[in-house]
Amino acid sequence: MNQGVQTAGLYVRDQDEALAFYVEKLGFRVHTDVRNGDYRWLTVQHPEQPSFQLGLFRPGPPMLDAATAQTLQAVVAKGAMPPLVLSVRDCRAAFEQMRARGVEFIQEPVERHGAVDASFRDPSGNGWKMIGPA
Amino acid sequence: MPTATASADRRPEAPRDPALLRRLLRAKDRMDAASHEDWPVHRLAQVSAVSDAHFARSFKDAFGVPPHRYLLTRRIERASALLRDTDLSITEIAFQTGWKSLGTFGRTFRDVTGQSPGMVRAHMRAEANGLDRVPGCYLSAAQRPDLTIAVLEKQRREGTRINPLHQQEVQ
Repeated sequence: MNQGVQTAGLYVRDQDEALAFYVEKLGFRVHTDVRNGDYRWLTVQHPEQPSFQLGLFRPGPPMLDAATAQTLQAVVAKGAMPPLVLSVRDCRAAFEQMRARGVEFIQEPVERHGAVDASFRDPSGNGWKMIGPA
Repeated sequence: MPTATASADRRPEAPRDPALLRRLLRAKDRMDAASHEDWPVHRLAQVSAVSDAHFARSFKDAFGVPPHRYLLTRRIERASALLRDTDLSITEIAFQTGWKSLGTFGRTFRDVTGQSPGMVRAHMRAEANGLDRVPGCYLSAAQRPDLTIAVLEKQRREGTRINPLHQQEVQ
């Protein structure tokens, strides 16, 4: 087996909305979607990266109290969560395809430092940089 | 809970509605994407789908700085990147980053960073080192000025000249 990071998660404001975004607009696949009462463990996977799961988690009970959950929702909505980077083969082509699907781009592809990068946000406010070779 | 001190400062509670914050973020993103463009309050308020009257206050409550001061930091950041990464003349950089005159650009740049554009260009080039491993946008953000006070206030504290153009800054 390979050792390494298996799952890392994002906070999202609505798991159904996030699921639709990551699957339908970005082309991820559902890996695990399990509920226990109000709690839902939801992870998606990039089709070319079977060893890694991206969690789409809603901050809230039973892990977090309501005030903490609200603070986290606000932080996400303000775009203050750490950067995420998506690696693509062709940034400009991916940009066109994703924009046509309604992804909210906040920066069109720019070539710099020997790569092409663009930026988009998920519906909750998580910011992604998308980088491909020049 | 707002403390007694906070009420005395009349600092309003930060907005907590994630939907509103997400829309305010959209206005911030739009300024980021096109900081060289003009961003009157009305245009920003439309992006965020809030009233003109509430926009500036809501933005400041959410992000800690008034919208136009935020725009100023982005322009300075972008100008700094162009000074470092390109051979564009300082005049070209001034116009590309949204200033209407070279004089205003030079003064504002010096007021905010403490150095003239020419000095910054020389320093950045001398210090270039291993930063090519950081994605460009994050590298650029690291050079964003941390403008926690108004430029006017900064000038007042440092006893430098008052630039009347800044008096239009939205509070």
